[in-house]
This record gives sequence, C-alpha cells and structure tokens, in this order.
Amino acid sequence: MLNFEYTSEQKEIKELSLKFARNEMHPKAQEYDDNKKFPGDVLAKAWELGLMNTSIPTEYGGSGFTASDSVLITECLAYGCMGMTTSMMANDLALLPIIIGGSDEQKKRWLTPFTNEFKFASFCLTEPGNGSDAAGLKTTIKDNGDHYVVTGNKMWITNAGHADLFVVYGTIDPALKHKGISCIVIDASSEGIEIGKAEDKMGHRCSDTRSLNFNGVKVPKENMLGAPGEGWMIAMKTLDHSRPLVASCALGGAVRALECASQYAKERVQFGVPIAKHQAIQTIIADMGIKVEASRLLVSKAAWLLDQGLPNTKVASMAKAFAADSCMQITTDAVQVYGGYGYSKEYPVEKLMRDAKLIQIYEGTSQIQRLVISREIFKEY
Amino acid sequence: MAKILVFAEHNSGTVKGVTFEILGKLSSHTLEVVAFDGLSDDGVAELGKHGATTIHKIKGEGLDTYSPEGYANALKEVISSGSYDYVFAGSTSLGKDLFPRVAGMFDAGMISEVVEINFDGETFKGTRPLFAGKVLATVELDGPKPHFVTVRPNSIGMPDSAAGGSANVVDVTGNAGSIRAVVNEIIKGASEKLDLTEASIIVSGGRAMKNSDNFKILHEMADVLGATVGASRAAVDSGYADHSMQVGQTGKTVAPTLYIACGISGAIQHLAGMRTSKVIVAINTDPDAPIFQKADYGIVGDLFKVVPVLTEELKKLMN
Amino acid sequence: MNIFVCVKQVPDTETKVTPNSDGSFINLDSIKWIMNPYDEFAVEQALQIKAAQSESTVTVVRVGSVRDTEALRTAMAMGADESILVEAEDNLDSYCIAKAIKGGIEKSGKTPDLILCGKQAIDDDCLQVPQLLSQMMELPSVSMVVGFEQTGEDLKLRREIEGGSIEVYSLKTPAVVACNKGLNTPRYASLPGIMKAKRKPLAQHSLADVGVTDGDRRVKYSSFNLPPEKPPGKKFEAMDEDAVAGVVSEVVGLLRNEAKVI
Repeated sequence: MLNFEYTSEQKEIKELSLKFARNEMHPKAQEYDDNKKFPGDVLAKAWELGLMNTSIPTEYGGSGFTASDSVLITECLAYGCMGMTTSMMANDLALLPIIIGGSDEQKKRWLTPFTNEFKFASFCLTEPGNGSDAAGLKTTIKDNGDHYVVTGNKMWITNAGHADLFVVYGTIDPALKHKGISCIVIDASSEGIEIGKAEDKMGHRCSDTRSLNFNGVKVPKENMLGAPGEGWMIAMKTLDHSRPLVASCALGGAVRALECASQYAKERVQFGVPIAKHQAIQTIIADMGIKVEASRLLVSKAAWLLDQGLPNTKVASMAKAFAADSCMQITTDAVQVYGGYGYSKEYPVEKLMRDAKLIQIYEGTSQIQRLVISREIFKEY
Repeated sequence: MAKILVFAEHNSGTVKGVTFEILGKLSSHTLEVVAFDGLSDDGVAELGKHGATTIHKIKGEGLDTYSPEGYANALKEVISSGSYDYVFAGSTSLGKDLFPRVAGMFDAGMISEVVEINFDGETFKGTRPLFAGKVLATVELDGPKPHFVTVRPNSIGMPDSAAGGSANVVDVTGNAGSIRAVVNEIIKGASEKLDLTEASIIVSGGRAMKNSDNFKILHEMADVLGATVGASRAAVDSGYADHSMQVGQTGKTVAPTLYIACGISGAIQHLAGMRTSKVIVAINTDPDAPIFQKADYGIVGDLFKVVPVLTEELKKLMN
Repeated sequence: MNIFVCVKQVPDTETKVTPNSDGSFINLDSIKWIMNPYDEFAVEQALQIKAAQSESTVTVVRVGSVRDTEALRTAMAMGADESILVEAEDNLDSYCIAKAIKGGIEKSGKTPDLILCGKQAIDDDCLQVPQLLSQMMELPSVSMVVGFEQTGEDLKLRREIEGGSIEVYSLKTPAVVACNKGLNTPRYASLPGIMKAKRKPLAQHSLADVGVTDGDRRVKYSSFNLPPEKPPGKKFEAMDEDAVAGVVSEVVGLLRNEAKVI
C-alpha cells in the first residue's frame, strides 16, 4: 500500500525545521559563506532543538527518529543552507559507524555525550591519494600489544577543526585489501594528530574542511569498532544510511532554488509582463519541479527501505545520484532565470549553484553511484 | 431613531479627530457625547459644532487619568442612565482597551474598528476589514443593548462642514469604583507625535534603512510634515526600530491619508497593515518591489539620495 | 500556579485569504494555519513562569475547529502540560469565544491563578477576548503587556500605549494578562518536545458542554468580499542621481495638486 502522507509528527517536524531554516539559516547563509565563517552559533541552536544527531537511537539518548524523519529534517535544513547542513550531517556520518558497528558499551561511551552536549565528530575515510577508490586507503592501524598505532593522512575531513572524535578508517594489512580495512575511534586530544588548515572551497564555504595527519597515534584497543577487518562492512552499511541523507541535502537545496526562481519569475517584468508568463521560463520552472518531485520520491523510498530493514543500496545510490545531479541542474537553471542578477552575490542563487556542485562529488561521486547502481542491476537481471 | 452616545476621547483637552468623524457621519441623529473632565472650551465648542446636543462631562475621584476599571465603572453609570441603543468610540489605543470592558459589563456585543458606517436610522450596519484587510465584511449586532461600535481613525473622513450649534454641558459625578489593576506610573515614549493608528501622515522605513541611526532622515521629513514615523517588520526584527513603530499584520494597522514607504519592499504582511492608506508613496531601489504595485507614486531610487531632497522640497512648500 | 493560556489558530500572515463563494466567510481549504503570533508570547511567558516555579502547570485553551489542532500541538511541543479544545466553527464572535474559554477553564476543575492571552488575534483583529474574559470571570486584567514581573501574588506589568509610552500597573493574581510583541522571545518547539507532545492530554468539549448557545452570538458577519483594487500608480525613475531633484519636485507637485494630501 502506497502512502505519501506525512504523519502528524512529521508535519510538525517539517514545520519546525522549515521555521528554523527561514529564521536562523537564511539570514546568515550568505554572510557565513562570504566570510568562510563556521556556523557554530546556528548549529548550537539547532542542537538545542534536537535538529542534530538525529540518527542516535533512543537507548542512547536520541529522540528516536526514523530514517524517513531524518531525511525530512535534512531536506528542510538544506533548504536553509546546504553548507551549514553539511556540517550537521558530518556528525551523523561520523556517528553512524558507531551506531552500526559499536558495542553497547561503545555506544554509551560515544553516542550519549552527543545528546547531552553540543559537540562534533568527523568521519575520516578519504585520503590524498584515495577518493573514489576508498578500499585502496594507505592509513595503517598497527597492533602494538595493548594498543593500536594509527599512521596516515586523511583529506577533506568535515568539522575536523571542531571535532572531539575522529572515526578513522585504516588497514591492518594492505595485502588483505577490503578485508584488512578497520574502523577505529580516536579521541581528538590524542597525541600525534596534526590538523591542517581550513580549505578554501568553491561552495559549502562555512563548513570546516581540513586535512588530518595521524603520526603514530596511540589508540586504546577498546576503541576498535567491531573486529579488526570489519571496517569495510561498517563503511558500506554507513553509506546505505548516509546516502539518503546526502540526497535529501541536495533535495533541500533544489527546493530553495525552485522557490527563489519561481518567486523571482513572478516579480521580474520583461516585455511588459512578469517573466513567469513567458513559455521559455515556464518550461524551465516545470522541469525544476519535476526533478524536485522525482528526487523526493527516490529519497523517501531509500529511507523507507532502511526503516523496513530492507536492502536499500541500489535505491540509496539512485537517490544520491539523481538528487545531486538534479540539484546541480536546478540551481544552474535558477541562476539562468535570474539572468544577470543571478550571477551576482546580491541574490541567493549563485551560492546555491556553488553548493550544489559538492553534492555530486562527496559521499561517492555521481559516477561511483552509477557504478554501484549498475552492479546492483546486473545482480538482479 | 436610535439613541446614540459618542465617547469623546481627548488628549489634554483636545478632542481626538475620530470623534468628529463619527459625529459627522451620524449627524442625522440626535447625538449625545460623553467625555471625561479636562475637555477644553474649544473642545466643547467643536463638539457642539459637529452636532453634539448634550455633553456628559464626567468628573470624580480617581478619574483624572486613565485606568481601565475606573473609566469603565464611571462610563457604565452614564450609559445605564440613558438607555442608549448605540455607543460609539474611536478605535484608539485607549478605546481598544476600554470598550470591550464596558461592553462586557452590559453583556452586550461590540464591533471593533469599523471603517464604514451604514445606518438606516434604527439599525446599525458597518463594514470592517478582517485578516488584516485582505477581506472586508458587513457586520451587524444582536443581543442586549446598548450595542458598542468602535471606529478606525481616519477611515470615515472628516465631515465637509460642521454646522451644528452649541452643546449643553452636563456635569456628572463619576465613581471610579474599586480598582484592582492600578496604574502607578506612565513612562513617556520618545515620540510626542500622534500614535501611528491615528496619524494622518506616516513616514515608514524598511530593512534598507540599514541601522537605527539612519531613521534620523525619516524623522526630519516627518517633522516637516507633522507625520509619525513607522517601520516595517524587517526593520523592527533587525533592531533598527522599536516594535511600537511596526506597521503590518503583526504590528499596527494604519489608515493615514499619506503613507511614505522608504526602502520597504512590501511583504504581504506589511501591505496588509497599510493598504487602506489613501495615498501611498514608495521609494525603493528595486523597480520590481511589490510595494510599487500598491503605490500611487513610486520613486525608483536610493532612499538616502531621495529622502533628503524630498524633505527640502517639502520644507519649501510648507513655508 | 495554575496558568491557563488562550491560543487561537489563525491563517499564516503570508497565506492568501479570499472570500468563499457565497460570501458567508473565507475559503478555508488552502489555508496554512499557525498559532496566532501574539499567543506565542503568552505561551512563552507561561513557560518562563513554570521554569521559575516548578509546581506550576500550564494548560492551553483553544476554541475552534478540530480540522487541525496545530496551535495546541505547538504550545504543548513548546512545553505546555495539557490542553483543552472547545470545538466550534472558526468564525465565532469574541463574546462566544470568551464565554467558551471561561467554560473550558471551569471544566478543567482547576482555579486559574493566571490567564495569559495574546493581545489580539490577527484573523479578526477584534482585540476583545482578554477584556471580555476578565469581565466574565470577574478578574482584573491588563492588555497589550510588554513587561511582566511577578513577586508572589503581586504582578507588575507594563502596558504599551500610544506613541510608545508605557503604563506601569500593579495588581494581584488571579488576573488576565494580554501579551504583546516585545514581552519576550518565544522559544521554538524542540523536536523532542514535538515527540513528547503527542502523549500530553487533550480534553475536548463541545460549545454546548461549556454552556455557549446560539443566543450568545452578538456579532453577525456577512458579505465577505475583497477590498477594491487600486488603479495602477505612477512610477518615476530616479536611480540616476541627476534625476532625483526633478522626480522629487514632480512627486511633491502631484501630492499637492493631484492627490491633495499635503
């Protein structure tokens, strides 16, 4: 039985998240982007309202949101600002491996503090030489008797400058390939961690992105998630959860672009009528609307499968690829509708276009998603 | 004919304009007026000219200044003694607070803020805006009498002529009764000007004012015009202006004869609060700003360039 | 303290409002409902008192249709303990609403120490209910309150009057207080608050239950219609600094001679 209606709580969740996006994020989005200012104040308010760390289960102090709730919240927040949302989502991305692979003791130790206190964690997978080819990572996790020693470089780490925890992927033995990959939680105050300078990015400029060097960092044995060598499985399951979120981030940005373009088209007069009366603009707006709706359906299905405990790898990748590519197209078209004004920083759409680009790249590029999708399709037929 | 009593609110003796608007509109009736002591001789004469036959002037202990319960108790006595069909008052700051209380004392109905009065001699019918002026509706009263009606200032307009005679002043000793909510102190606001809801000219600033200091140029223009300064919600929310200055659906609904909007884009909620202004002038850099669709005279330009020139030009004219 | 907060559900300020086909009221279908913005100040004030006096309970009361109970749910998600809904059509007059609120409060069995309201509802803008309610309940009341201090039974309230002046009132509880913008900054309903709100009690009554009858209606509305559209105005281009003087002088001339307003 299909049902597209939000529950009454979801309606309220949406209402609150949108109110937060409009009142707290929209007024600051442009300024924080211009100045590369970390939105700590906005995020602290979001945390107070329970808008962050939505993946944490109730047993560990979370609010008990379903994946469907989480994607709804993320869509609304990204409608406020995709850059700020990246910073919030990065927490979920870092905590998900603990939720998926951690023991009860580990979950209590690491998840519960995030419900009591406003703090950050970073997910550390990508390396300077390994992006899409994640399994080829070079960071080593060496068993040194009563502890592990972690050595290696990580790249594009969101929130790295603010994090208390680093959830790090490394290998116990490069020869084991996937089977050597392990996931370990490192306290940010550990000795031997070198935090790089903040990257100067095209978009998501308010989010904090840095490189990290682990120079022989000693990590207690009890910080390993699952058994050594289970890291790849944890990473893949994490992506099943995080890709719908990232897709909903793209969706939220697209909704904002559609709203801006549509409102502007009704106001802007050319040839004596609002440009919304011109067919050329109408087809652009209609195509934007189609893509938004289709993205939302894919995102909802990917989250619904997750909530049902059903495999969602294929649909999650479809949602991520389609929503990200659509967001890029929609934001580009929004700039087109605005014309010259759209290219100026005085209007919000050029930022949306810059922000959109990153979503086609992180959490698996649009090309990697298609690789995943085709692999799943070949299994089916 | 219905028996009518009109409440004449005065400010240090000067009768508020809305009183004359009401008297003018109801001039075919026999009109009695009730006022609290302190009315000037001029005020008495003006009320007479506008058709008041009798003025009930209430004087009594505890009635020198406004207190909701004191005024309500004293008015109740006068109203009870006259078996009136209708009691009218201006929908001023005081009227809005006081009249629902008095109506409540009589278990009677009240219509707030009508902008049009239709009276067939016996039965009142009015028009009032709802949903901040997005719609208008016809409104009538039912139930025990007297019926109470308040009228939005500046909406009916002053009568063309005031050809009445002189009113017979009756002194009434009022009883403030027991007062539970006591007014201890009045802290004077910065503005000595007319309240926005009563002002006949308003100069308003929006987000484009950039900061509170810049409102100075609006005050300069307002001084020349005898206007009151208002602000949009965006300007209030940004901290450029006090909430008491806010015009709009969540601020004050105004109906001046001239509204000058400076750097206000014209969000629905702002337009809702000032759309019934007789003449609207808008100054904005964005030629597509929605305010221009409501403006009688729109100036596409930078308010910081336009306003000082406008002030100078008005100064020349006023001299 | 038993604190009651009266809330109304009104169309969002940005919602388009149009008369219905027979002009008897407005089209209700496409309306987005919100809690009356002034009522948010009342809810916030109640929650601040509750935070300072833990034994206090906050009950929200609403008179209106059951189609959507947004305002009550929002208030409970913000932190109110329970709510009362008196079911009625959305175009009731102030007298009936005040009487229904009184009846709803009495049904709760609790004696109110404080009744907080928004200063007015932005749908009918009557600004009557708080004062009427105080008359009906024989309680003192202060309207348009922008400052609230409480010491035991003593209230010190600041009321905004014309020209931004302030009247300072002293009175004792129980009382009715109508809240204005500027009193406080209403909190958001938090997500955990939203989840908790669904388990909070909501009592529901009909108008008849609370003693309101057809004969109580005092104000009758009819012929809802749109205000007349203004004809398009004149627009002058003055982005170029050299054009300013000419445009200003022309507009001033028009204000004087055409519009005759100065």
